[in-house]
Amino acid sequence: MIDHEIIRILERDARTSPAQIAVMIGKSEEEVRKSIKHMEEAGIIRRYKAVVDWERAGVERVFAFIDVRVSPSRGVGFDDVARRIYKYPEVHSVYLVSGDYDLRVVVEGQNMREVAFFVAEKLATLDGVLSTKSSFLLKKYKDDGVTYEEPEQDDRLAVTP
Amino acid sequence: MNPNKGQSAIAKRIKSTVAEGKDMRPVSRIVQSTPPSGIRRFFDIVSTMEDVLSLGVGEPDFDTPWCVREACIYSLERGYTHYTSNYGMLELRRAISEHLYKREGLYYNPENQLLITVGVSEGMDLAMRAILNPEDEVIVPEPCFVSYQPCVLFAGGKPVSIPTCVENGFIVKPEDIRNAATTNTKAILLGYPANPTGAVAPREILEEIVSIAQEYDLYIVSDEIYGRLTYEGKHISIPTLPGAYERTILLDGFSKAYAMTGWRIGYAAGPTEVVEAMMKIHQYTIMCAPTMSQFAAIEAIRNANRECEEMVEQYNQRRRVIVKGLNDIGLPCLMPKGAFYVFPSIKHTGLSSDEFCEKLLFEEKVAVVPGNAFGKCGEGYIRCSYATSLDKINQALERMARFVARL
Ligand SMILES: Cc1ncc(COP(=O)(O)O)c(C=O)c1O
Repeated sequence: MIDHEIIRILERDARTSPAQIAVMIGKSEEEVRKSIKHMEEAGIIRRYKAVVDWERAGVERVFAFIDVRVSPSRGVGFDDVARRIYKYPEVHSVYLVSGDYDLRVVVEGQNMREVAFFVAEKLATLDGVLSTKSSFLLKKYKDDGVTYEEPEQDDRLAVTP
Repeated sequence: MNPNKGQSAIAKRIKSTVAEGKDMRPVSRIVQSTPPSGIRRFFDIVSTMEDVLSLGVGEPDFDTPWCVREACIYSLERGYTHYTSNYGMLELRRAISEHLYKREGLYYNPENQLLITVGVSEGMDLAMRAILNPEDEVIVPEPCFVSYQPCVLFAGGKPVSIPTCVENGFIVKPEDIRNAATTNTKAILLGYPANPTGAVAPREILEEIVSIAQEYDLYIVSDEIYGRLTYEGKHISIPTLPGAYERTILLDGFSKAYAMTGWRIGYAAGPTEVVEAMMKIHQYTIMCAPTMSQFAAIEAIRNANRECEEMVEQYNQRRRVIVKGLNDIGLPCLMPKGAFYVFPSIKHTGLSSDEFCEKLLFEEKVAVVPGNAFGKCGEGYIRCSYATSLDKINQALERMARFVARL
C-alpha cells in the first residue's frame, strides 16, 4: 500500500531498514516490507542510489544543460523526441518545460569536448530539433535537495535544560 | 562558527577575577538559597570531554526554517532595528491572535491580551512577578522544567512542589493539588507536554484541575511551549477548558515549534489585567523583545507551519525508536505523548541518577541528564532527549546497551 511516511523516510535515507522504519512509524516489519515491495513494483519507488559529490571524489565529470527547441509534427510529439533523446546514456535527465525552449536536457560527459560533440552530433541533428542552447555547469551548490557544502556540525551546547 | 566556543575562557577569567576580589557582602538571600541548576553541573563535566554523543540537549536539532531566517535578514536590511511597542509589534500580536483563534478557537485581543516576551523564560518570570505577593504559594507538580521553582522564588513566592510518579504517567493527581491548596495558594503551574517526562495530561484531569482552581480562585500558569509537539491526538490548550480562560496565563513561544531557541522570543496571553501587569514589568526591565526576532516570528507563525509539521513527524519517528530501544536494553520507560524527551527508570541498576549519568558519560561518552535535576521525585530516572538525529540516537542506544549490560 502506498505509505507517504515510508516514502519520506526512504527519500531522506534509502538505507533505513524495514525493521527500523517499522519502529519509526509504529507498524509491523511485515507491513512495511509489503508496502515497500508494492511501491517498488508499482514504480513509485524507482531506484535507490547514492548521492555522490564527484568533485570531492577527485573524479572529473562535466555536466551541461541543453535547452532544446522542438517542432512537434503530426505523429511525432514532444514525448517521441524526448524518448529519442533520453535513450542516450550520456543524457542524465530530460524535462519538458515551459518558456522559450521545450526540452531541458542534462548531459554528462568526461570533458567539455565530449559533451559539445554529443550535442552537435547527436542532439542537434535529431529530427524535430530546431535549435539548442548549451550552458556548462560550473559548480554544484545543491542537487536533489542535497547541499554540497561542508557537512554541518552540531553547534548546540551538549547539555541544556 | 560555534558561538559557544569562547565560553570556557570567559568562565576562567570570571573565576579568577572573583578569586582575586576582596570579600563583598553576600548576594541576596533568595539567590543564595536557590540551588544551582543540576544541569549546569553536568554541563561543566560534559564540556571538558570530546566526542560525546549527547541525548542531553533540550532544544531542537533542526535549524530555524530558512524563510524565517531570511525574513529576519530582510528586516535588518530594511533598517528595522529600533524599539517596538512594549507589547511587541502589533502585526506579530495580530498574527498570534489569528493563530490561536484558528488552532484553538481562542480569542485574545491583540491590543491588550497578548504580550511578546523574550521566550517563555521571560513569560514565566513575568507571570510570577505579576501575580504573586510575598509568601504566596504556587503549586508546582514535579518533575518539571528547571526554571519554574526559581521563578516563583525570585518573585518572592513559595513553590509547593507535588511529586508525581511513573504509575500515573508523571501526571499530577488532582487530589494532590487539592491537598496542597491552602489559603495562601495563588496559582497552579502546569507544563504539558512536559519537560522532562513528555507527559501529556488527559482532558478529564485538566478539567478537574481547572475546577479546583475555580474553587480556590487560583491562577493557572500554563507553559505550553511543547504544545505543537504532541504526537497522539491534539494538544489541549488549558484556556480552552470550561472556566479556565479567565484565570489562565498561557505561555508559549517559538523556540520548540519553529526551532528558534536562539531568537529568544515567545508570548504570553491572558486576561487583560494580568497581561497589563506583566507588560508593566516587561516595560521597565526589557522594553521590548528583540525587533529582528519579532520579524522572524511573524514569518514563522504565518509561513513555517509546514516545516513545523515536518519536524514533528521526525520527532515522532525518533520517539518510537528511542522508546523501543531503551525498553529493549532494560531501561523501562513510558511512551511520552509530547515534547522530545523520554524519562526511563534506572532504579533497578542500584545507581543514583547522578552516578548513572556520570558513569555512562565517562565509560561510554553518552550524555543524558539526571532526573533529579527536575525535582526530587525525578531521582531514579534519567532524561534522554530525542532532539538529535536518528543516527546518533541509534549509536547512543548501542553504547547504552553495552553500558547497562556491564552493570
Ligand atoms: C518546558 C519549557 N518551558 C520553557 C522553556 C524555555 O523556552 P524559551 O526558549 O521560550 O525561553 C523550555 C526550554 O527548554 C522548556 O523546556
